[in-house]
Amino acid sequence: MSNTALAEKTSDPSHRETVESAVVRFAGDSGDGMQLTGGQFTLATAFAGNDLSTFPDFPAEIRAPAGTTFGVSSFQINFGSRVIKTAGDAFDMLIAMNPAALKVELHGLKQGGVIIADTGSFGERDLRKAGYDANPLEDGSLDGYHLVALDISKLTMEAVKDTGLSKQEALRCKNMWTLGFVYWMYGRDRKPTADWLIAKFGKRPDVAAANVAAMDAGHTVAETMELPDGVHGFHVDAADIAPGTYRTVTGAEALAWGLAAGTHLADIKMVFASYPITPASQLLHSLSKMIDHNVVTFQAEDEIAAACAAIGASFGGSLGVTSSSGPGIALKTEAIGLAISTELPLIIVNSQRAGPSTGMPTKTEQSDLYQAVLGRNADSPLCVLAARSPADCFEVAIEAVRIAIKYMTPVFILTDGYIGNAAEPWSIPDINDYAKIPVNFRTDPDGFHPFLRDDDTLARVWAVPGTPGLEHRIGGIERDYDSGNISYDPDNHQKMTDTRFAKIEGITKDIPAQGVEDGNTSGKLAVVGWGSTYGPISRAVANLQAEGLDVSHIHIRHLWPFPENLGGLLKGFEQVLVPEMNHGQLVNVLRAEYLVPAEGLNKVSGQPFKITEIEDAIRARLES
Amino acid sequence: MNVVTPPEKLTPKDFATDQEVRWCPGCGDYAILKGVQKTLADIGARPENTVFVSGIGCAARFPYYVKTYGFHTIHGRAPAFATGLKLANPNLDIWVVSGDGDALSIGGNHLFHLLRRNVDLQFLLFNNEIYGLTKGQYSPTSRQGTRSPSTPWGSLDNPASATVFAIGAGARFIARGIDSNQKHLPGVLARAHAHKGTSFVEIFQNCKVYNDGVFENFTGRDVASDRQIYVEHGKPLIFGKDGEKGLRLNTQTLALEAVVIGENGVNETDILVHDETNRMIATLLAHMEPPAMPVALGVLYCAPGQSYDEEVTDLVHSHTPAEKPDFNKLLRAGRTWTVD
Repeated sequence: MSNTALAEKTSDPSHRETVESAVVRFAGDSGDGMQLTGGQFTLATAFAGNDLSTFPDFPAEIRAPAGTTFGVSSFQINFGSRVIKTAGDAFDMLIAMNPAALKVELHGLKQGGVIIADTGSFGERDLRKAGYDANPLEDGSLDGYHLVALDISKLTMEAVKDTGLSKQEALRCKNMWTLGFVYWMYGRDRKPTADWLIAKFGKRPDVAAANVAAMDAGHTVAETMELPDGVHGFHVDAADIAPGTYRTVTGAEALAWGLAAGTHLADIKMVFASYPITPASQLLHSLSKMIDHNVVTFQAEDEIAAACAAIGASFGGSLGVTSSSGPGIALKTEAIGLAISTELPLIIVNSQRAGPSTGMPTKTEQSDLYQAVLGRNADSPLCVLAARSPADCFEVAIEAVRIAIKYMTPVFILTDGYIGNAAEPWSIPDINDYAKIPVNFRTDPDGFHPFLRDDDTLARVWAVPGTPGLEHRIGGIERDYDSGNISYDPDNHQKMTDTRFAKIEGITKDIPAQGVEDGNTSGKLAVVGWGSTYGPISRAVANLQAEGLDVSHIHIRHLWPFPENLGGLLKGFEQVLVPEMNHGQLVNVLRAEYLVPAEGLNKVSGQPFKITEIEDAIRARLES
Repeated sequence: MNVVTPPEKLTPKDFATDQEVRWCPGCGDYAILKGVQKTLADIGARPENTVFVSGIGCAARFPYYVKTYGFHTIHGRAPAFATGLKLANPNLDIWVVSGDGDALSIGGNHLFHLLRRNVDLQFLLFNNEIYGLTKGQYSPTSRQGTRSPSTPWGSLDNPASATVFAIGAGARFIARGIDSNQKHLPGVLARAHAHKGTSFVEIFQNCKVYNDGVFENFTGRDVASDRQIYVEHGKPLIFGKDGEKGLRLNTQTLALEAVVIGENGVNETDILVHDETNRMIATLLAHMEPPAMPVALGVLYCAPGQSYDEEVTDLVHSHTPAEKPDFNKLLRAGRTWTVD
C-alpha cells in the first residue's frame, strides 16, 4: 500500500466526539515494545498539532519474567487542544497487553474510561502469573469501564501471515496492530509511523512490511468493527501553538543540545566524561553522536575517573562536563571539591532518581538537592540550577555553561529521570539569538599568578597549559591569596574561604530576579517548586485560581545561589507551600535562608505528583 | 620564509621552582627530582608545554618543584585527570608522578585503565614499599610480614609487583630505575619520554624515615652487581661484577635462571639476548626477585602501538566537516514540523 493511500484513509472527524484533551496509557510486558509504541503515538500526536506531555514508566529489569506485574512497562501521554503541562492524572484510555498490565495500571483509569485488552494474552497461565483468580475481562469486575476486548494476538497473526515471518516474529507486531487501533480512535495519521518502520527495519523489509500491515489491520478493525456501546472515536483539535518549527524532545536530548550550544557559544571544546548509570546514560549516548560539533566524549572506568577527567579537561582549556545520577554523584564528590578549590569550570549533571543508595533506578525523585547544595566536605560553595521540563533543559544547560565559565566554578544541573525520559514539543530556537559566552584565557605573563581575580566576578584567571610564561601549579592544598603559592596561614584560609563564598554569592547579581509564574506577587499562599514538579504545580494553581482562590506559583531555577529578591518575595505571602518529590529539602533550605514558615508537601513514591494531590493540599491550607 | 630561532637551551636549574622542597632529609625523591630536571633539560622540554600531574602522597608533591605546569589532584586519580587533560589538548607533554600507595591501592583501577588505553604520557611510580605521608603504614608493595603502625604483628597481604601489574594491564612501555642511580635514571626517563603511549617507569625509592634500606638486598654496594641487571635491547642479559653472570631460559620450566658463564658447561651463546619488543621476555624479567635472581633495570619492554589520544584525534578529524558545522542544522535534524 502506498503511503498516500494511508494518508487518505484518515477518518472523518465529524463522527467523533471532540474532546479538549485526553490521557492514554499503553501498558504491556517489558518485551512488548510499549516505549516504542508510545514514542510513535507521541510523534503522530505532535504532527496532529496537539500540545502534549509524556511519561515513560518502565521497570529496572532489562527483561523481567514475561507476564509478571513487576515486568510491566508503561507509557503515558497527555495531549490536547489546550496547553498541556503534565503527563496527566487519571487516564481516559488504558491499553492492557496482558493481565499483569491491567492489574498494575487499572487503578489509574478514570471511572467510565476505555480499556483495550488483548484477550489472546489472557489465558489461564497469564492470569495466574498476574495473580488473578478469575478472568477480569469476564467476571464483571470491569463493569465500571468500557471494555474493548479483542484477540489482538490472533488478529495480528492473521494480518501478517503472508509476510513469511516466524510465529514469534509475527507476534512481535502486535504492538503495531494495537497502535493502529488507537490511531483510529484518535484520528491519527499512520504515515509517519509507516515511514519510521520502513527506515528502522531497512535491513529486514519483511519485518517492516509486517509491522506496517499489522498497524493497518488494527486501524481497519477499529474503523469497521462494531465498537461496544459508549466507545467511539475521538477528535482533539489542534492546540493554539505559537508559530515556529517544532520537534519533540526529551530532557536528555535537550540537555545534550543545550550543553553543546553553550560550548558552541563559548567557542571551546566540550569534554564530556561519564560512567553509565540509569537514568543518566542517555546524555552520554546523545553527546557521543556530536563529535562533529567539538564534543569529545569519554566513557570512564568509574564515576570518580569521569569527574576527574572532566576537571583535567577544564584545566586544559576545554569545558569539562560530567554526568550521573545520585549514587554516582556521591562518588564524584571529592573531585568536585578539588574543582571548587582550584576554581575551574565544571558542569555536573545529576539525573536524580529514587534513593537512598541504589533505590529505585528507573523511578524519579528530587532528593539530591541537599547533595548538590551541601553535599561535600568543608565549606565548598558552588552553583546549582534545576531544569523544570524537557525543553527547559536546553536553556538551563546554556545558563550553566555561562556561569561555569564566567565564574570559574562547578555548576550543578539537576534534572531527573522523569524529565530525562519524558518528551514534549519544542519550538526549536535559533542559536544566533543567544548571546555569545566570552572566554578570556589569560596570556599575559605580566603580574600573573594563578589565583588573580576579576574585580567584579571574583573569578580567577583561566590560564591553560601550553601558554608560555604562565607556568604554574595548582591543587587542592590551600594557597595564598596574593601569590597562589601553598599557604597554611590561618588568616589567609579565612580570606580564601570568604572569597570562595563571595564569588558564588555574587552570581545573584548576574541572574534574573525571581518571578512569579502565575498569580499575584503577594497574597495568601505561594506554591514554591523546583524541577519537574513544574507541570502539576502550574496546572493545580491555574485550576484553583479559576475557582477564585488566592494562590500563586513560584518556580525556582537558580537553586544556589537564590535570586536576590526571593526572600522578600516569599515574605509577601501568608503561607508558603513547597511540593517536592523528596522528604523535604528545598523547604528546609528556604526556611534556613529566609526564616519563612514554609511547609512541605512531600511525595516519594517514584511517581510524579498528580494535579489533584497539589490541589487538595492548597485547598486544605486556604480553607482551614 | 620566517627563520625560526632555535629555543634557548634550558638547564636542569631552569626546571626548578622557587618553592622550598619539603621532603624529609635523605629522601630518595630528591634524587628523582634531580634526575627528572636533568632529563627535561636533556630532551629539550618546553616548560609551557609540559605538565606534571600527581595524586596524593609524598611523591605527589613533585609538581610544586618543577617549573612547568602542574596539577596536584586527589588520591589515586591522577591518571584520570591526565587523561582528561590529554583529551582537551593532545599536544601537551604530560608526566604523572605517583607512589606505590597512590598508584596501586586507591588508584589501582585508574592505573589499570590508563595502561590499557595507552594514553600518551609518562607514568612514574615511586615505589618505597611504605605509606610515607600517613606515617608509615604498610603498602600494597610491602613484603608480607611488614611491621607498621597498622600491622604491629606483621602484614598479612601478599605484595603486588608494580611492573608485573603493568604488563598484565597491557602497558606497552615498561622500565625500571633506582633513585640513587643518577647515571642510569635520566636515560630511562628520556626513553620513556620518547615512547608514544603510556610509558610506565617504576623507580625504587628509599624512604629514609619509615622504610630505610628496604631495597638494600639489591641496592647495597656489596650486593648490587650480583643482584642488579641492566637490560639493553639486542644485548645479552649479562650481569655480575665482571660480567661473568647471565640469564638463561630454562626450556623445561619456562623460567629464567641465573648462570655463571664458563661454569657447568654454560657458554656465552646460552645467554638470552634482550629483545625489548618481546612481551614474554619482559614478563620473565619483571618476575625476577632477589636474592635468587637479580632485579631487572632499564627498559624491559617497548612495543609502540597507537595511543588512545591519537585514536581520539583521528576519530575527531575523520568527523570534522570542512566547514564549521551549522548548529541550527543539528537542532533541526530529524522529524520536525512547522506551525504557521
